[in-house]
Amino acid sequence: MQKSLLLGVEAIAQGAIDGGMSGVYAYPGTPSTEITEYIQHSKQAQQLNIHRDWAANEKTAMESALGMSYAGKRSMVCMKHVGLNVAADCFMNAAITGANGGMLIVVADDPSMHSSQNEQDSRVYGKFAMMPILEPSNQQEAYDMARFGFELSEACEIPVLMRITTRLAHSRAGVTRAAEVVAQNDMKLPEDKVQFVLLPGIARKRYKLLLNNQAKFETASEESPYNSYNEGTDKSMGIIACGLGYNYLMENYPNGECPYPVVKVSQYPIPRTMIQKITSECDKVMVLEEGYPVVEEMLKGYLEKEAVIGRLDGTLSRDGELTPEMVGRALGFDVEEGAEVPSLVSARPPALCVGCSHIDVYTALNEVVAEYGAGRVFADIGCYTLGALPPFNAINSCVDMGASITMAKGAADAGLIPSVAVIGDSTFTHSGMTGLLDAINEKTPITVIISDNESISMTGGQHSSAKGKLESICEGLGVEPEHLHVLTAVPKKRDDLKDLLRKEFEYQGVSVIIPRRVCVQKNVRDQKIKKAAIAKAAAKA
Amino acid sequence: MKTDMVIAGVGGQGILSIAAALGSAALENDLYMKQAETHGMSQRGGDVQSFMRISDKPIYSDLIPKGGADIILSVEPMEALRYLPYLKQGGYVVTNSTPFVNIPDYPEMEKLEKTIKDLPNYVLIDADKIAEETTGSKRAFNFVMLGAASPFIDVPFEYLEAGIRKIFERKGEEVIEINIKALHAGRKFAEENK
Ligand SMILES: Cc1ncc(C[n+]2csc(CCOP(=O)(O)OP(=O)(O)O)c2C)c(N)n1
Ligand code: SF4
Repeated sequence: MQKSLLLGVEAIAQGAIDGGMSGVYAYPGTPSTEITEYIQHSKQAQQLNIHRDWAANEKTAMESALGMSYAGKRSMVCMKHVGLNVAADCFMNAAITGANGGMLIVVADDPSMHSSQNEQDSRVYGKFAMMPILEPSNQQEAYDMARFGFELSEACEIPVLMRITTRLAHSRAGVTRAAEVVAQNDMKLPEDKVQFVLLPGIARKRYKLLLNNQAKFETASEESPYNSYNEGTDKSMGIIACGLGYNYLMENYPNGECPYPVVKVSQYPIPRTMIQKITSECDKVMVLEEGYPVVEEMLKGYLEKEAVIGRLDGTLSRDGELTPEMVGRALGFDVEEGAEVPSLVSARPPALCVGCSHIDVYTALNEVVAEYGAGRVFADIGCYTLGALPPFNAINSCVDMGASITMAKGAADAGLIPSVAVIGDSTFTHSGMTGLLDAINEKTPITVIISDNESISMTGGQHSSAKGKLESICEGLGVEPEHLHVLTAVPKKRDDLKDLLRKEFEYQGVSVIIPRRVCVQKNVRDQKIKKAAIAKAAAKA
Repeated sequence: MKTDMVIAGVGGQGILSIAAALGSAALENDLYMKQAETHGMSQRGGDVQSFMRISDKPIYSDLIPKGGADIILSVEPMEALRYLPYLKQGGYVVTNSTPFVNIPDYPEMEKLEKTIKDLPNYVLIDADKIAEETTGSKRAFNFVMLGAASPFIDVPFEYLEAGIRKIFERKGEEVIEINIKALHAGRKFAEENK
């Protein structure tokens, strides 16, 4: 069959569509965004009437996916690693409720923090929740495992976590699709009508069941087509290669023959008999894993009874993503260092686009804040975080989505007045609204700037759940009408914005200012789509 | 048959179309390929790169090892140098000479050119100008660059033409011809100046 050229994320999307999925739920976040975008653009998904709209945040997405699973259908939820923090409450408890229809939780980690605040490893969460985990090592496995994941979830009656990392997510390769598309499940409610009611009495039973099922999950790993024991002649060392770690191992053996015994792990819990065999057969074991030393720590143990090497003893770097040369060095190869970067090469950091509306906001804000003294601007996550860089140097925090408003509140409670929050429209509806309610209820003196570009821009201009709703949300939460202002974010209005800021900085309660202008890139994209639609209609006529 | 290539540029310059043409060239001819790219920041103007690997044998790593690339193809001269650690000994740097200046500390052009010309193997080409001269528009400069790198890519030239044909299939014959013209012009320049 003809191969399709797919990114790892696209392979997952196509695999899920072909695997009988009835709905995908997600909030964008690099490197997971294109899973959902692929499904949104897929004709096949449209014909199959697969749910594919964006959710307001990862928690609402996961809960909706769980609801679809409750109703007996196959669902998928996708997010970046920090999104799982937001959805963690649902995640941990979904392991207890279990799944009815197959449920796949796809989380994309970002080791080396190419576009993230941290490099947390979602396998830790998987282990925490005691859920089976899939970790594809290439695009074909990503495709196959999406289908397989639904089956595994239904067989084990629990959601399954699929953990990928940036390199697989954003790397393309040829993928062979399955010959047949699995039909979607019919609606079928759980036989046990209280399975999803986590009252203590029921939850205790369900938790026992989860504990008892661990052996079953382990057996599934032992029998998984994605885990294997590859014999080797040189028993001085054995290698446990998880996910992408396997690729970097094999990259160092161009003829495809590694002399050491290798356990390739792409499904967890780790396959116990294979691990027992390699540790007993070999003098020591090297663990290659992308992300945290999860497996390494498990094998090594606190007392370090096993001879295990990897990220913890410095054989491999403790942080950052694996590279072929890092693994080569660990294997004892004489690794090429490559030439140095000539000193005249300058850094080229990303910057706000020319004409970006956030520029108008920061230009005005900087002038007014200067009158009060620096160090009082709590920002959030989005394109506007680039306000941290020169020439603006305008913000003092960026922690997690929504934290701008609540950190400003805490700082104001501590006496930093005025405290200012800068938050994007999408971040506001993701996690800012509840914090604003806290401030309103206490009449905390903060000024909140919702820099509204009518788009989720940082991740590529997705539709913002906030569009057209900000004023009514703020009013509904209780922002006083005379302290709620909307104006266009353009250079001509910068003086108006400054006047407003000065006025509201003096107000001893909650003020919200919404400078609004559509994102330049989003606008260009939308115009293109509009033009194409008009051209298509004209061609038809 | 095996080529590892770093494709470099600045966000918004469209390096991914080069990778797409190569990718479909590889796939149509049953070669293995892997191509890792930079996504995420939707603003323009940061440095971006793509690792392109083509082989007749299975490829494991999505990343090219340091000192492993046969070619650095850059659509911007300073960006070509950023990836020198990846170039193998004897590998080629093929770079556009038209700078993309969006930072205050962009190096002086003279020094930049000298650094490139001091490399053992390079092709320095004004792809913007050649695209304009041969196709009437700068837009095809990416495929001038692919053409300029083509003598060093271990894939038959016809495959590259077919790759361009495939990715512009829906845009019509005129667009295909423009980009293939650009490809040929780039190749001609490299043959004469390598
Ligand atoms: C919990 C979590 N989910 C997703 C992301 C990824 N992310 C970072 S910024 C952003 C978009 C923010 O949109 P908005 O607030 O409207 O700002 P804009 O980029 O449009 O300026 C997203 C989805 C993240 N960092 N954390
Ligand atoms: S993508 Fe949009 S919001 Fe982001 S910097 Fe560019 S114009 Fe501004």
